[in-house]
Amino acid sequence: MSRPRNVGTNGEKLNTKVLGRLMSYILSRYKFRYAIVLICIIISSLASVASSVFMKTLIDGYITPLVQSASPDFTPLFQALSTMACIYLVGVISNLAYQKILVVISQGTMNDLRNDLFSHMEKLPIQYFDTHAHGDIMSVYTNDIDTLRQVISQSIPQFLSSLFTIVSVFFSMIVMSVPLTLVTLMMVVVMQFALQKIMRKSGRYFGAQQRQLGKENGYIEEMMEGAKVVKVFTHEQKAIEEFNQINEDLCEASYKANKYANILMPIVGNLGNISYVLCAFIGGVLAVNGISGLTLGGLASFLALNKSFNGPLNQISQQLNSVIMAMAGAERVFKLLDEPHEVDDGRVTLVNVNKDEAGRLSEAEMTTGHWAWKHCHEDGSVDYVELTGDVRFHDVSFGYVEGKTVLHDIELFAEPGQKLAFVGATGAGKTTMTNLINRFYDVQKGSITYDGIDVKLIRKDDLRRSLGIVLQDTHLFTGTIEDNIKYARPEATHEEVVAAAKLANAHYFIKHLEKGYDTWLTRDGSSLSQGQRQLISIARAALANPPVLILDEATSSIDSRTEKLVQEGMDKLMSGRTTFVIAHRLSTIKNSHAIMVMDHGRIIERGNHERLLEKHGVYYQLYTGLIEND
Amino acid sequence: MIQRLLQEVKEYKKASLLAPALMVGEVVMELMLPFLMSFIIDSGVNQGDMAAVFKYGALMLLCAFLSLFCGMLSGKYAAYASAGFVKNLRKAMFESIQKFSFANIDKYSTSGLVTRMMTDATNVQNAYQMILRMCVRAPLMLVVAMSMTFMINGKLAMVFFYAMIFLGAILSFITLKAHPMFRKTFRKYDDLNASVQENVTNIRVVKAYVKESAETDKFKTAAGNLKKMFMKAENILVFNNPVMQLTMYCCILALSWMGARMIVGSALTTGELMSLFTYTMNILMSLMMLSMIFVMLSMSMASAQRIAEILEEKPSIVNPENPAMTVADGSIEFDHVAFGYYAGKDKYVLEDINLKIKAGETIGILGPTGSSKSTLMSLIPRLYDASEGTVRVGGVDVRHYDLDSLRNSVAMVLQKNVLFSGTIKDNLRWGNEQATDEEMIHACKLACADEFIRQFPKGYDTYIEQGGTNVSGGQKQRLCIARALLKKPKVLILDDSTSAVDTRTDSMIRKAFREEIPNTTKLIISQRISSIEDADRIVVLNEGRIEGVGTHAELLASNAIYQEVYETQKKGEDEHEQA
Repeated sequence: MSRPRNVGTNGEKLNTKVLGRLMSYILSRYKFRYAIVLICIIISSLASVASSVFMKTLIDGYITPLVQSASPDFTPLFQALSTMACIYLVGVISNLAYQKILVVISQGTMNDLRNDLFSHMEKLPIQYFDTHAHGDIMSVYTNDIDTLRQVISQSIPQFLSSLFTIVSVFFSMIVMSVPLTLVTLMMVVVMQFALQKIMRKSGRYFGAQQRQLGKENGYIEEMMEGAKVVKVFTHEQKAIEEFNQINEDLCEASYKANKYANILMPIVGNLGNISYVLCAFIGGVLAVNGISGLTLGGLASFLALNKSFNGPLNQISQQLNSVIMAMAGAERVFKLLDEPHEVDDGRVTLVNVNKDEAGRLSEAEMTTGHWAWKHCHEDGSVDYVELTGDVRFHDVSFGYVEGKTVLHDIELFAEPGQKLAFVGATGAGKTTMTNLINRFYDVQKGSITYDGIDVKLIRKDDLRRSLGIVLQDTHLFTGTIEDNIKYARPEATHEEVVAAAKLANAHYFIKHLEKGYDTWLTRDGSSLSQGQRQLISIARAALANPPVLILDEATSSIDSRTEKLVQEGMDKLMSGRTTFVIAHRLSTIKNSHAIMVMDHGRIIERGNHERLLEKHGVYYQLYTGLIEND
Repeated sequence: MIQRLLQEVKEYKKASLLAPALMVGEVVMELMLPFLMSFIIDSGVNQGDMAAVFKYGALMLLCAFLSLFCGMLSGKYAAYASAGFVKNLRKAMFESIQKFSFANIDKYSTSGLVTRMMTDATNVQNAYQMILRMCVRAPLMLVVAMSMTFMINGKLAMVFFYAMIFLGAILSFITLKAHPMFRKTFRKYDDLNASVQENVTNIRVVKAYVKESAETDKFKTAAGNLKKMFMKAENILVFNNPVMQLTMYCCILALSWMGARMIVGSALTTGELMSLFTYTMNILMSLMMLSMIFVMLSMSMASAQRIAEILEEKPSIVNPENPAMTVADGSIEFDHVAFGYYAGKDKYVLEDINLKIKAGETIGILGPTGSSKSTLMSLIPRLYDASEGTVRVGGVDVRHYDLDSLRNSVAMVLQKNVLFSGTIKDNLRWGNEQATDEEMIHACKLACADEFIRQFPKGYDTYIEQGGTNVSGGQKQRLCIARALLKKPKVLILDDSTSAVDTRTDSMIRKAFREEIPNTTKLIISQRISSIEDADRIVVLNEGRIEGVGTHAELLASNAIYQEVYETQKKGEDEHEQA
């Protein structure tokens, strides 16, 4: 088995900075409650120490005198036991109290963290999602948060409680017997030494196991994804052989990792036992010879203390491991929380207006069907500009990564109501153009204006409300079909929903589903065909009724016969609206006012269908299928 | 179900038995310690006998070391057995999945299968390891410690007995009550995470429709509900620890009181009382451990169940007895074929299909989405079995062929095709393990892939990423065709396999087919009329029925659907030809 060298040990340092931040996150919410928890923990550990120390009193103070006395009187013992009972009761109640408070703290913190994460995530720029694997983002919510839950509700309190116990037990031990304390401490050193050695080894093998798991996961995923191809090529036996090899490696790594983890407990536990044995033995010798004033009761107490000293020590070292792991998780959580928000300096807002006969605009409270951009100037004056859907690119250049320009000097204008199409090969920059219009990304050079206003001045929410978008990937949400169509306008009536569905030619198939518009969709509508999902997302855009539309390969998954049906709906939808279309099938864009042929971030040909065909250039080749258009 | 899983222990049986056996050794040795300790006190310290102290001290040390030894070995064997067991489980699952038919595959999602093979298997591994060690340790500890206490003093042991019943009752009450609540809560938790996932993938739509705050509110409500459920469940669980403490303290008090009286009455020694105190911890801890084991085991039961599902899934298509091993030629016949995905339901997606195809013929297949073109083709290599009627290849019912022989003779380029991570050559060899470089190049030339492959710096050794993400759609399709050609099939099915290829290359591929593999029956599904118009015959499918069969000219004259598709696709080209 190959064993990479650079594994493991570097992650074993406790990240105190993150721990501090986590604690302050918790304390800022629950300072008072945490103080109570702390007090309760102290009380409860004192009670358990008292219980061990009581052995001495019991034996030396009561039992031995009672045995020697001629007429034993049990009343003092009863009183002592009653006192102990009270101490125990307080201990138990404190224990219950802090556990209960901790539930509130840990669940509250988890909830706050989750909410903060989500609301923060929603505000992140698209760039974040484009540059981070979705699986990684998800794992913050699942893996990282899960480890935190464990730590907040268990590890940290247990750590504190163990710490208090250890300290108080330690002092009691010193009072009982210094030599035996030394013996116990010596064993602690041995124990820590063994612990560290094993943990380092097991950490390394767990790293190897994790990597093997990842490898096997990848292989399975690929084979499951291609399961049908495997069948078609009768490749089953070969796949099994390859899998067995990987599986064998995983087994080896997993065995080693678990071996060390498994022997940890018996080693630590039994070293604790040996410590106990040594104390009993040496204590016995001391007591017999009357050295250092150790009494029988003192020995009994000390043995109990020895047990309650090694126990928590064990726990701390085990918790430490999970705390270290959780801090790695917390670091990722905080990293996401520290990602900068999508910035929005726009001040121009979108308002409903009334238009009087002279063409003057006045703001209206209700939906009027007329929209205007409201521009509040710094001197307090207010301008209204009617929303018409005039979009222009002025010498726009853009790159996702610095130094790698994907759009070069784009000049473009779309007059209100015009349909503009972009065609060209993958990577030509078509989708990038649309990303700039709705400001998923901001242009780096030049500017884009919307009704004469620089889009950077428009509030993003309002800008996006004025743009409808239909993407190739349909992105439906869990919920009914009706919910999905109403996504942009939850207040829409059922009639409006049906009208939108009819416009997109989705009504027919929806009606034929068993539950019609109430059909429940999950997993991006996986129960529907790709074409049907696409129709729903078109209906969704239709209901939003935006002045400007962006269609990014919206009909690519619909067969050409159905597309004809959709096309009618789309044509209705597009009429009177400025529309940007990216299409794979050129038949759908023939009637555009202008077609831009893009190549490597530049517009290389533009014009309407007829003119471009006459030109016998790239468009002509695309149209006649001479070159690939995907 | 459990039995089915346990069948996979196989060669790890020995380790699976050794681990608990050694655990018994550890527990017994460990529990000897307090017992021996009482001798140190009573015969040693109380009598002032140093020899006794040494004797029992040495004995205790021996026990402690033996316990250490047994414990380590047990841990090692448990790790070995559980890692091996789960290895066999994964292997069995993978093999079972490889036997799946398409119908079986359709039942599971990729992610579902991956979860079963990874997460669920790991859960079972952990559970198995726990069973081998803890499930032995906890009850044994309980029993041995209890009998020790009875040996020391039967009357005082009753204190433990009552304590055990009390704690056991309360713990099982808590566990039984909290556990289903946790299950429900965790399901809700999964839902919540699913909605996060949805938001991450759909973020463009969320932002485009300015729904960030609405989505956040929705999430907060769901998260808030989840929090309440979690708190409710945990608020039951928090009683665990205090109840345990309470019981322990009560035991100590009772032992102190009764023990003191007995010692005075000479019915008990001080040493014995001290060892009884130690056993208190052991007994109560093992009870705690039992309740924890119960929770963890029942959690992994769900995983075990999901694994068993895979192992017990019956492949819906299996090899017949005495199968035919060779396919005579590429002739195909559909004889009154009907097909439905769900057996027993009356809804067929293909009905009354009758069609005879001669060997070497080229057949085009056209029809709108959902007309079951792909389904019809899948019946030929027996990826699905026809619900009614018979499909024959080379004159023999496909159900009589050896599956591998049939599928090696029928190459199908799937619509949703996949390249695998590896070099181009690796991928091509899927078609023929022993293919020479010349054969591969020849196949690629036929599929018009040779030219672009040579343009890659590494040519045929170019590494293809998982899912073929580093080649364009058209290139991927051509590689898939070349891969299929390497099988030298008698029947070649192309399911919309040239949709991303430009029309000129498309027609070159078809020309190569005509000239180079004339005896192979070629079935071409396409949305593009130009891809099929030169076929010998064209089949028009609509809503699962054959709407028309004929040449391009015949269908153009007689078939409404064909005419309509032709119109929409050809109008533009005609226009420009006139222009």
